[in-house]
Amino acid sequence: MDAFLKGSTSSTASTKSKSQSTKEPRAVPWVEKYRPKSVDEVAYQDEVVNVLKRTLELDQVGELPNLLFYGPPGTGKTSTILAIARQLYGPELMKDRVLELNASDERGIEVVRNKVKKFSQRAVSSTTPSGKKCPPFKIVILDEADSMTRNAQAALRRTMEKQNKTTRFCLICNYVSRIIEPLTSRCSKFRFKPLHDEILVKKLKEICGKESVLYQTGVIEELVKVSEGDMRKAITYLQSASRLKGDEAVTIQDIIEISGIVPDIVIDAVLESANSSSYERLDSSVKDIILEGYPGAQVISQIHDRIVEMDQITDKQKSVITERLGIVDKCLSDGADEYLQLLDLSSTIMTQFCQAESSS
Amino acid sequence: MSLWVDKYRPNSLAKLDFHKNLAAHLKKLAHSKDFPHLMFYGPSGSGKKTRIMCVLRELYGPGTEKLKIQQQTFTTPSNKKVEISTIASNYHIEVNPSDAGIYDRVVIQDLIKTVAQSHQLDSGSQKEFKVVLLTEVDRLTKDAQHALRRTMEKYTATCRLILYCNSTSKVIPAIRSRCLGIRVPAPSHTEIGQILHYVCRKEGLTLPDELAQRIAEKSGRNLRKALLICEACRVQQYPFSEDQQIQEADWEVYLKETAQLIVEGQSPKRLLEVRGRLYELLTHCIPADIIMKGLVQQLVTNCDGSLKAEVARMAAFYEHRLQRGNKVIYHLEAFVAKFMSVYKRFLEEGMADFF
Repeated sequence: MDAFLKGSTSSTASTKSKSQSTKEPRAVPWVEKYRPKSVDEVAYQDEVVNVLKRTLELDQVGELPNLLFYGPPGTGKTSTILAIARQLYGPELMKDRVLELNASDERGIEVVRNKVKKFSQRAVSSTTPSGKKCPPFKIVILDEADSMTRNAQAALRRTMEKQNKTTRFCLICNYVSRIIEPLTSRCSKFRFKPLHDEILVKKLKEICGKESVLYQTGVIEELVKVSEGDMRKAITYLQSASRLKGDEAVTIQDIIEISGIVPDIVIDAVLESANSSSYERLDSSVKDIILEGYPGAQVISQIHDRIVEMDQITDKQKSVITERLGIVDKCLSDGADEYLQLLDLSSTIMTQFCQAESSS
Repeated sequence: MSLWVDKYRPNSLAKLDFHKNLAAHLKKLAHSKDFPHLMFYGPSGSGKKTRIMCVLRELYGPGTEKLKIQQQTFTTPSNKKVEISTIASNYHIEVNPSDAGIYDRVVIQDLIKTVAQSHQLDSGSQKEFKVVLLTEVDRLTKDAQHALRRTMEKYTATCRLILYCNSTSKVIPAIRSRCLGIRVPAPSHTEIGQILHYVCRKEGLTLPDELAQRIAEKSGRNLRKALLICEACRVQQYPFSEDQQIQEADWEVYLKETAQLIVEGQSPKRLLEVRGRLYELLTHCIPADIIMKGLVQQLVTNCDGSLKAEVARMAAFYEHRLQRGNKVIYHLEAFVAKFMSVYKRFLEEGMADFF
């Protein structure tokens, strides 16, 4: 009897849950959702925006040069060129007139010779199918251009000049030094600055308001601190945090955990044990870092911040430590073992600290 | 009859024994309507894989446990064929792209594109995306990591990536910023102890506290290792006694003896002897960096304060070269030779002071 009753109740429960699971609209990452729609909306890059806006005025649009955008990640390079394209062609024609290639597409010399060349040779009319006026050229966006091979870049040179009538190129990269000289001289260069803290705060607060995210005081400031002027990072962290917490308020602790920042206590522990001049303590604190799963590169960069601001050691000692920091960082990015490298770094710090004590 | 490690692997988020906080967060994520790309990182034996499988189960239900192994071939731009085995269920596919060596970029591009292009069959009752699980992301070439960047953004509609690696140091920042990083720290000694007790109770064995504690310490906060040691102890002797000797792996003992040899005498003849032993270890497939770490830990205990720092530096230097180079034995041997010379000089200076 009991079993029967139980069975019946559970079946009603299951039907209820079925009816609840109606389909929800597909969620878009906030980074895409809040991407600037027009050039005006691009925040903080005033010089770039002003120049571009002037060339975008219709009678001068033919003079749009080949563009080279460079700057740190998350400053709005891709957003700007996408906004330009949208303004020039409108969303419909954009598919036809814009060729976007990035590092995830095959982009060897073959592709430059065939795909890019063919696309750029095609001539286009100066009116849209609906009769509106639009610029008589197409745009090729080469995103993440610094990961293109030198050969592929070299193959672009002549194409860029010859197809000047029908095509404009826009190269986007983080490091302008990785683009070969002949290409940079064919483009007008725009540098994108890291975003100012206030801009980030404003944008983040706006998004929090629109998405109705609850947060404790100090969270926005912490976000700005960990994102280092990278808008995309800040927004992604915010979204991840709000997803993790659901309806609860986001705390500073969550931001630290998501961003993979090593808490200050851990760094303190290492520096303290380096100060104690006991190798065993140092060894165990380094081991702890590795076991807790903190990434080595992050630990190093945070130790660096601390060392630079430290008062109790001389500049000379700082320079010895920072030199070792550089070497360790290089080794880590070459794939060396984290434990040994961190041990090396911290024992260097220990020797320097001990010297500081004995000399003073 | 499976190993305890597999037998008692928790298969749902609710059953996880430690990091409950993390489990709660993961559960919330799995039920939220937009599931992000994830990147799990942490030392080995901390339960990354277990957590990933739990998340998948939470997303799709028990269907994720019906696994099949497939061989897939990819063609590189230079028309070379690369074969790679994948483990897949109806909802996810697991690959280790670094198996393909320098062609890992092709694997990533092709695989994710094919997976992403086919939609979920029954999207009404299931999530509308599939999951691609990439293991050992830290061993991918830079090229492949760059290829991942845009792919991750482009195919968010139909597929999500779960990456897992030991450390994020070798993952380029662009990928890190596109994923939700989830750190899985190693379990603490007490947590390991509790789990050992739990497993033993399930097996119908009694485990003395003392022994559990010692096993936990021996394992170096690696849960997998702890369970394996515990099972080995069970085979060795039951009922357990408090002062039971914990069996070490053969190679660990061998490595310790090697370190002892280095400390005892420093001569070209001894170097040759050590070399033979190193070769022995390498031919038994002990990774060179583990040999190096083991040696350092043993050697350092025999050294004086300032010398310790020097040994640490030497080890870091030669280990870096070892990663860059081709043939590991050169670098291991160079490290040993260097240590011998430094240590000998140290001893002689000590003697000179003494007189």
